Amino acid sequence: MNIQFRLNGKNVQADVKPDVILLDLVRELGCYSVKRGCETANCGLCTVWLDGKPVLSCSTLAVRVDGRHVTTLEGLQKEAEEFGMFLAAEGGEQCGFCSPGFIMNVLAMEKELDHPDEDEVREYLSGNLCRCSGYMSQLRAVKQYLDRKNGVGGNV
Amino acid sequence: MFRAEDYVKVDSLAEAYELCQKRSSLVVGGMVWLKMTNVTKRTIVDLSGLGLDQIEETGEEFRIGCMSTLRQIETHQGLNQYFGGIFRECTRHIVGVQMRNCATVGGSIYSRFGFSDILTCMMALDTYVELYHGGIMPLSEFAKRPVRRDDKDILVRVIIKKDGRKAAYTTQRNSSTDFPLLACCVSRRGGNWYVAVGARPSKAQVVTITDDGYDSLAQLAREAADSFTYGTNTRGSSRYRRQLASVYIRRLMERLTGRSVTIG
Repeated sequence: MNIQFRLNGKNVQADVKPDVILLDLVRELGCYSVKRGCETANCGLCTVWLDGKPVLSCSTLAVRVDGRHVTTLEGLQKEAEEFGMFLAAEGGEQCGFCSPGFIMNVLAMEKELDHPDEDEVREYLSGNLCRCSGYMSQLRAVKQYLDRKNGVGGNV
Repeated sequence: MFRAEDYVKVDSLAEAYELCQKRSSLVVGGMVWLKMTNVTKRTIVDLSGLGLDQIEETGEEFRIGCMSTLRQIETHQGLNQYFGGIFRECTRHIVGVQMRNCATVGGSIYSRFGFSDILTCMMALDTYVELYHGGIMPLSEFAKRPVRRDDKDILVRVIIKKDGRKAAYTTQRNSSTDFPLLACCVSRRGGNWYVAVGARPSKAQVVTITDDGYDSLAQLAREAADSFTYGTNTRGSSRYRRQLASVYIRRLMERLTGRSVTIG
């Protein structure tokens, strides 16, 4: 099937089979930040934005993005780099395998929630599993990042 | 691995119904569960172009389109305001925001999963399902039906009546974001209590109990908890589930009557 969509702001055409998942399509198109993790919709590693909302690309049929906007980490280089500095400063990246999905969801949370408190942050990011950091360094990084964005108004 | 040879984004429910009468066709929701199955279908039927991803609120009811996501019911102000936040409570522990942006209400309700928080929550309310061919029927009746391959109807929307009942919801999970070990939803209208328990581990059921003849909420809750059967799986034993159900139902009843919730 032929589909057309916008990938990181650029028009893309692709010929996909009906059962191909978005994860495989975006990787085929060069977006290697999107990783295959659990494939059971649990780990958040494959997070992309679909029309600005975070979704699991392992659970989204590629044919369903026809006419829509898909954003991967490659399309958010500046924002990702900015948050990535906080993540590195707090030792929150560790092996780094989960970082792309985690960063995508942190940036989505920043857009969606206004001055989230710690419980809201933990809840929003609960779908991003990390096997090395123990989450506390990630949480510190998110706090520093939001504090910087919000002046001193961050509640985390 | 899920396999399909053809994909049709339908223009009408009639087209979808006609397509899905074939044994080799399947209507898909959010694909979260389906993609993990070993099913091969000739045609997958997509309803996402029919505007069924909306939650409408009228003076009498909420009408939730089958393609609405779990995240939509979690964040819908009207639903949560009217029913005391139970839709937020029953969804917020389900994996993560990204997953809840994919999974659909239709997929969850039509499949009648035993572990479903959504089914448990809606069972305690005055809820109906609208089927394309079968018309409107109470959710409790629909949920009793076995899930059969030859059942080729289409769940169009879920309708929840604004009948004034107050509701509360809770679950127990062995670890955060896991499937529930037990899910309980209790609602109250006048002297009637509607108690739904799911993840027993079988699918949710509801019982109605009236206030009359009970000395305490603890007694009422025990009676309600004993109305259900419980099973054993890797998450917990039937005995443990029964004990938990009695405690959680009582706590929810205490919450709904404005009493301070007692531990134990």
